[in-house]
Amino acid sequence: MHKIKAVVIAATVVVAIAAVGTAVFLMPKSSLTEERLSGKLTIAGSTTLLPINEECRRLLMEKNPELRISVSGGGSGHGIKAAGAGEIDIGAASRDIKSKEMEVYPDLKLVVIGKDSLAIVVHPNNPVNELTMEEASKIFSGEINNWKEVGGEDAKIRVITREGGSGTREVFETYVMKRFGREIAGAASVKPSNGEVRATVSGDKNSIGYVSLGFVDPSLKALKIDGVEATVENVLSGDYPISRSLYLITKGEPEQLEKAFIDYMLSEEGQKVVEDNGYIRVK
Amino acid sequence: MEVGRAEKIIEKVFFISALSSILIVFFIIAFILKESIPALALGWNFFLGMRWYPPHSQFGIFPIVVSTFVVGIGALAIAASIGIPASIYLAEFSPGWLRNIIKPCVEMLVGIPSIVLGFFGLMVLVVFIRNSFGGYGECILAGWMILAIMTLPHVVSISEDSIRAVPKGYKEASLALGATHLQTTIRVILPNARSGILASLILGMGNAIGETMAVLMVIGNPNIPWIPSSVLEPVRVLTSTIVIEIGYAVWGSMHQHALFALGVVLFIIVAILNVITTAVIRKGVAGIG
Repeated sequence: MHKIKAVVIAATVVVAIAAVGTAVFLMPKSSLTEERLSGKLTIAGSTTLLPINEECRRLLMEKNPELRISVSGGGSGHGIKAAGAGEIDIGAASRDIKSKEMEVYPDLKLVVIGKDSLAIVVHPNNPVNELTMEEASKIFSGEINNWKEVGGEDAKIRVITREGGSGTREVFETYVMKRFGREIAGAASVKPSNGEVRATVSGDKNSIGYVSLGFVDPSLKALKIDGVEATVENVLSGDYPISRSLYLITKGEPEQLEKAFIDYMLSEEGQKVVEDNGYIRVK
Repeated sequence: MEVGRAEKIIEKVFFISALSSILIVFFIIAFILKESIPALALGWNFFLGMRWYPPHSQFGIFPIVVSTFVVGIGALAIAASIGIPASIYLAEFSPGWLRNIIKPCVEMLVGIPSIVLGFFGLMVLVVFIRNSFGGYGECILAGWMILAIMTLPHVVSISEDSIRAVPKGYKEASLALGATHLQTTIRVILPNARSGILASLILGMGNAIGETMAVLMVIGNPNIPWIPSSVLEPVRVLTSTIVIEIGYAVWGSMHQHALFALGVVLFIIVAILNVITTAVIRKGVAGIG
């Protein structure tokens, strides 16, 4: 009698364990296999897009633990070059592709994932609040070299600029310098990222630089240009005169994983990331 | 028989390993040279050109090379004026226990990653220079100081070794003739250690000229390179120009070739300095022997 009881209990336990085990084993599989992505994806390029790509990478990898995405910077030029050469899967660029680059890599495919604007920034203690576009071009070309000429203190202006391949510099030159046929002064200090421009300007009272709108924070003061404040609303309304597109680039039509990342970037969640970083959504 | 064969095989493996290092150097040089030829072919426009502005296809490296030497020599002068007296003190005058503290500390300077030094330079030195001397802070002087810190351990370490390598007999003979310790050091030991000290300086110079990250962070990098007229002005050196621009040079463009050519110039300068170092050391060793 006891023996039978023991066998029944043992059998029940075994069956129960097996059932639970099977259920645990099967459940997540059956519910998640549909959408789970796996594999490796490398993204590089514009430092402007870096925080957006980083955030989307984090969100996507949370949903797809098997997915490995690596995100790095290097500048728009690098993103275009590396994507075109097939060294990475997706290139990020915050400027239009040059015809020369299109010649070398004719099969690049571009997707606009957001719009950006840049702000001309000074130290928060600088009394100057506003410049006209022409004054800005004169300061960056070195024709105006003392703050008192634009209503500030009697101090020499130190101009900070980005390196030649930077998309931010490209936008700045296109919208501010070339319009008046001027060039950035030879004496301007070159800083290789938005973050370094911000660090330099926020640490030197007499300096002036330009950063992507997303990089403006309380350590800087963004100047009004032609009386218009550098805000997302003003860029969208078209009042603020400086803006550009942000691209994700693939070599040929995007393949499965590449497409998944780009689609995610264009989804509600991805566009929210774009917006949260201070850029302007396109969908 | 078996042992002999095994030995031969191992010998071959070692030989191939040795050969591979030569091949690696050879291929790197060949590749860089090949990439730089179109720019080197610009001739004097390249080497003596006064304006480097890639957007206008202007590739004159003269201001960059001059700046590089200004930065390298100045850093070396600072490192030498601290390092040589330090090495004399360590080798001749310091008590053993103190030397055992100082020398490892100096050598530890080598272990500080250059990016960390650069960060220190940007946050501390640059601000200090801006507040006390004016200017932008990021300038030649900041580059000198950071590079001097990086060069110092090489100068101290090699100079001290070469002072210690002077045969004891010279020193004893001089002291026996009634010279004081200081006279002996200056008149007898230093002249004999001269070649080693010189070698340490040339080697330090090579290091300073090839250094990249720390210099890049504190030297200011003007948009268009120029020949500086004051130590408080920012400049561009060979290494910083390559680092800043290589990211956006379009592949296959003259700009890219010119950057490779900058690499060749840098390589040749450092190689010449290394050859001189070796020659000086050899001559010194022969002299003492």
